[in-house]
Amino acid sequence: MENGFMIDVANLVKDYASYRALHNLSFSVGRGEIVGLLGRNGAGKSSTMRILSCFMPATAGTASVAGFDVFTESYEVRRRIGYMPENNPLPPEMRVREYLKFRARLKGMTRVHSRQRVDAVLEQCSLTEVSRKLIGHLSKGFRQRVGLADALVHDPELIILDEPTIGLDPNQIRSVRALIKSLAQKHTVLLSTHILPEVEMTCGRVLIMEQGRILADDTPENLQNHMNPEGMVRAEIAAPLEALQEWLADWASISRYDIAPGQGEYFVCSLTPHEGADLRESVYGECRDRHWNLRELTRARFSLEDIFVHVTRHNREEEH
Amino acid sequence: MQAYLTLVRRELGGFFTSFTGYTVLAVALLLNGLSFVGMIGYVNGRPTPEPITELYYQNLFFWIILLMAAPAITMRSFALEKDTGTFETLMTTPVSDRQVVAAKFTGALIFYVLLWLPLLANALVLRHFGGASGAFDFGLLGSTACGILLIGGVYMSLGIFASSLTRSQVTASMISFALGVTLFMLSFAGAGLATNESWVSAVIEAVNLRRHMEGFAGGVIDTRAIVLPLSLTALFLFLTLRVVESRRWK
Repeated sequence: MENGFMIDVANLVKDYASYRALHNLSFSVGRGEIVGLLGRNGAGKSSTMRILSCFMPATAGTASVAGFDVFTESYEVRRRIGYMPENNPLPPEMRVREYLKFRARLKGMTRVHSRQRVDAVLEQCSLTEVSRKLIGHLSKGFRQRVGLADALVHDPELIILDEPTIGLDPNQIRSVRALIKSLAQKHTVLLSTHILPEVEMTCGRVLIMEQGRILADDTPENLQNHMNPEGMVRAEIAAPLEALQEWLADWASISRYDIAPGQGEYFVCSLTPHEGADLRESVYGECRDRHWNLRELTRARFSLEDIFVHVTRHNREEEH
Repeated sequence: MQAYLTLVRRELGGFFTSFTGYTVLAVALLLNGLSFVGMIGYVNGRPTPEPITELYYQNLFFWIILLMAAPAITMRSFALEKDTGTFETLMTTPVSDRQVVAAKFTGALIFYVLLWLPLLANALVLRHFGGASGAFDFGLLGSTACGILLIGGVYMSLGIFASSLTRSQVTASMISFALGVTLFMLSFAGAGLATNESWVSAVIEAVNLRRHMEGFAGGVIDTRAIVLPLSLTALFLFLTLRVVESRRWK
């Protein structure tokens, strides 16, 4: 391993007949990172993951995992990855423990070691109670966890998860996210999703993909900050209107403010600071000192759609 | 080797957890039984100059079982995996394409051999009640088994090749059945061209599986009868390997 990256992708191109799915894709992922590939359907997330998991080759460019080329040293790469494809295909006629044991043996583990690891991942993925059930009889949430357990069973360095929470109910999504987050201590994780809150909750870094290109590569927090460079803050405060106006008019840290009537005695204040400063602590401190009730204090949040629009517009402007 | 054995076990397990597996076993058992009953009726109370294995082989039940069972056994091997998506999880584990093809072939061949086990019981029953005559001995039984195995190898590899071409089990079985019947019918094409001296008739004669199987059942093992099935099996497995590898072609 020359550069210390777990994943290193350079100028990756993938063509399907006349359709180009990936356009000179380049990115890298360090060890221990949880990185989210965020993009709409058809953005090229699954193609990237299939190339990284050695299932299919790239048309051009290079990709390596733990320093091994995914095309020329695919055996070494496959030993080091745990991959859960989109839709998580599983054989319905096998029992959970039997399937995980089969997969562990297939991944080269000894009989004794595979038994120990299967027990460990059953526990880790909360599957012990259904370990003797047929996979075909399990709920979608349990099946998803079986897929995760399979990806984890040989204790791989890199875990690649393609849409791990698709089709799950909110409780199942929460438990799968918690599980993924717990992997960060020992593994590098690359996951794909088209849900922004998913990457915000689980990933330390996000790569936004659109039409086979990476549009943005940053932490979820920074992406939100880019969307809101002025750092606009919204606060719901119960206070006499005159006192509120007087305070905001005299406050040197803000460049603009707006007060709108809210429910009951509350006013909704939108505050824009000078030079992107974070106003939240000051607003809270002021309300506390003046004994005003404060029931909401937040920086403006944006949806995936907003970020896409923002990033694509920004890219187009740069091109022209 | 571990991955190969694990996959063989999984393939065999798949037959015994599927409806198709038990249906094939039941139909083969029924046809074997009918064949046995027919043969008992034929030899009952009269001497026969032919070995009992040859008599069994002549009634065409062997070919019916082979032509019907091969597509049913092999249609799931790759087509089902591709259809359900487990092919992707399989090929992203550290196993080679060669191991996967070999394991699927071995699994199918073992299951195919299991289909013929009742035949062994039938033969032993005949031997017990018919006495150990020269017309029936273990050598003959061995050469017949050798023929069943070699010809079976051809049809299993052909079926696996058909299965690797598609993600539909029905399409796979149809391709396998059509190719299998064509291969079998070449035996009859040879008879029509027997007087012709051209190289075509020589080739068709060489691929006459029926004639080769006749030789095995009669206790005559010809080198051609061994080389042909082994070559065809190797050819179909090679083609299957190329199809499996093709996903990695740039």
